[in-house]
Amino acid sequence: MAKITLKGLRHSYKPDPQEDADYALQQLDVDWEDGGAYALLGPSGCGKTTLLNIISGLLTPSHGQVIFGDKDVTQLPPDQRHIAQVFQFPVVYDTMTVYDNLAFPLRNRGVPEAEVDKRVREIAEMIDLTATLDNRASGLTADGKQKISLGRGLVRTDVNVIMFDEPLTVIDPHLKWQLRSKLKELHQRVRTTMIYVTHDQTEALTFADKVVVMKDGQVVQIGTPVELFERPQHTFVGHFIGSPGMNVMPCEVRGGKAFYQDTEISSWNAASCTDASDLELGVRPEFVEFGPTGVPVEVAKVSDAGRFRIVDTRKGDQSIKLLVPEGGEIPEGNAFLQFAQDHTQVYRDGWLMS
Amino acid sequence: MNKTENQKAWLFVLPVVLLVAFNAVIPLMTVVNYSVQETFGDNTFFWAGVIWFQDVLNSDRFHASLGRQMIFTFSILAIEIPLGVLIALTLPRKGPWVPVCLVLMALPLLIPYNVVGAMWNIFALPDIGLLGYGLNALGFDYNFTRQPGDAWFTLILMDVWHWTSLVVLLAYAGLVSIPDAYYQAAKIDGAKSFAIFRYIQLPKMKRVLTIAVLLRFMDSFMIYTEPFVLTGGGPGNSTTLLSVDLVKIALGQFDLGPAAAMSLIYFLIILLLSWVFYTLMMRNEAN
Repeated sequence: MAKITLKGLRHSYKPDPQEDADYALQQLDVDWEDGGAYALLGPSGCGKTTLLNIISGLLTPSHGQVIFGDKDVTQLPPDQRHIAQVFQFPVVYDTMTVYDNLAFPLRNRGVPEAEVDKRVREIAEMIDLTATLDNRASGLTADGKQKISLGRGLVRTDVNVIMFDEPLTVIDPHLKWQLRSKLKELHQRVRTTMIYVTHDQTEALTFADKVVVMKDGQVVQIGTPVELFERPQHTFVGHFIGSPGMNVMPCEVRGGKAFYQDTEISSWNAASCTDASDLELGVRPEFVEFGPTGVPVEVAKVSDAGRFRIVDTRKGDQSIKLLVPEGGEIPEGNAFLQFAQDHTQVYRDGWLMS
Repeated sequence: MNKTENQKAWLFVLPVVLLVAFNAVIPLMTVVNYSVQETFGDNTFFWAGVIWFQDVLNSDRFHASLGRQMIFTFSILAIEIPLGVLIALTLPRKGPWVPVCLVLMALPLLIPYNVVGAMWNIFALPDIGLLGYGLNALGFDYNFTRQPGDAWFTLILMDVWHWTSLVVLLAYAGLVSIPDAYYQAAKIDGAKSFAIFRYIQLPKMKRVLTIAVLLRFMDSFMIYTEPFVLTGGGPGNSTTLLSVDLVKIALGQFDLGPAAAMSLIYFLIILLLSWVFYTLMMRNEAN
C-alpha cells in the first residue's frame, strides 16, 4: 500500500507531439492518498482511460513521473507495480473454475498452495462467490465475472491500488446498484486505494470520497461530491455533474456587481472581478426560484421528474432551468427569477473567479 | 382452429429440392445402386447383395490403402495444426505488415491442386528439381520416384506447404478476436507467456481450431489430385492413398460394384471420424 503521486505527467500517442492538441493528457499533478476511494469522471475521450493505463503501467507516459510511496515506478511493467485492474468487459479465464481464476495471480507468483487456498476462500466469502467456487468461470453471469476480476485483485496482499475501468458497463441496471454498494462496502473493509473510472456521475458520486473531473485531457476539479456540487471550479463541472446541469449565462461585472441582461444579480464572488468581458454566471437549478422581482423570463416548458418539477424558462435564446418542489407554484407566461447569492458565481473563460 | 392450406408453398421449395436432388441425393443413390449389383457389358445388372461390401472389408488391398491414408492424414494433422498455430502466434497483430503477411500466407491456397502436384513433382526431381538436386548435392540419397520413404517425405512436405496457411489464417482469426483487456489482465496477474497461451489464446482459438482440424481432416482424407500428379501412387503402391486406389478400381479396372461399395465405406469412415473429432473437441462447450 502506498500513496500515489503523479508528477508533471503528460502523454501523447503521437511519436513527436508539437502542440497541446497532440496530447491526450495535458500537464497533470495529482496526489492519491493511501486507502482513498477515488473516481475519475469525464466524458468519453477525455483521457481518463489513458491516465488509468499510465498508473497501471500498461502505458508509459511521454513526460513526468508516476511515484508509488517514494518509489518511481514510471518505467516498471504492470506486474512489478503491484496493482490490480477490473476492465470494462469482464476478463475471466474461461477454461478455469472460479477457484482457479482467483488462485491464478497467487500461483503465478509462486505462493504456497496452502496459503493460496486460505486467501481464495477468504476472498470468495467476501465477494459472495463461495457457492460457485467449483463452477467453470465461463458459465457465470456478467456481474459474477466482474466479481471474479475484482477478486483476482483482492486475493493479492501486495496490491497498492485497485483500478476500475467503467466496470459496470455490461451489468444489468438492477444489479448495478447491488454491485456498487458491494464495492463501497469492500472498500471500507479492505481499505485499499481504489480508482474508479466512469462517465456516469451517479457511479462516481456514490462510490468516491474524492472525484477527479477530467475534460480534454485536463483535470478540471478534484473534490468531494459536495464540493463538486456546491462550488464547481469550472462551468464544465457544473454542467457535467447534476441533472439538470448548472445554468450558465453571459454576464457583465460593473463596479463589483454582476449584471445579467441589465438586471443586477447578487453573486458571492462578483466583487473579485475587475475585468468586464468573457464573464459567465453559473447557478444550479436547485438554487433558482420564482420571486416577485428579479430576472424577467417566460416559462417555456415544465417536465415532471417525480419529487420535483424541472421548469425551463427563456428570455430570447437564453434558457434558465430551475427546480420547483412538489406542490410549489409555477406561474404561467411571464415571471421573475431569483438566484441564491451563496450559490451564484462568476466564471471567466470557464474558470471560477476567486 | 382451421389450418390454412397453401399448396403454392411447394413451388417455392421446389428449386432447392431439385438442386439438392441433382447434386447430392441422385448421385449418392446411384452409387448405392451400383454397390449392390454386378455389372456386365450392355448395361446389364444383377443383384449382388452385400458381396461387394464383404469383399472390400476383407480385402488386404483396401486395408493397406486405408492404413496409408490414416498415416498420411494423422501425420499432416500432427504437423499442420501445431505449426499453423505457431506461425499465427508470430504474425503481427497490428500495423502495415498485417495485410502483407496475410496475403503471402494465402498464396499457396490459391494455387490449383494439379498445379501444386506438378510444381512439386518438378521441384523434387533428383536430376533437375531444386529440392531433389539440392538434397543430393548435400549428400542425401534422395529420389522420390524410386524410394518410398522419399516419396512420403515429399508428399507430406507438399501438403504442409499447401495447407498450413489455412490453419494459420483460421488460428490468426481466433487470435485477433481476443480483446486487449485479456492480455492486460494476464500481465497484471503476473502470467508468463506459456500461461497466456494455455489459458487465454488456446481457449479462444478452440472453435476455429476445431474447424481447422475438421477441414484438414476431411480434405486430406479425400486428397487425390496432388498425390496423383506427384507420385501417381508409387513407387509401387507405397503412396496409393484411398482415393487414388478407388479411382484405379473404378476407372482403371471398371469394377463399378466394388468401387461403389468402397466409396460408401470411405464416406462412412469420414463421417464417423469427423463426428468423433467434433465431439471430442466440443465436449466441454456445453457446460
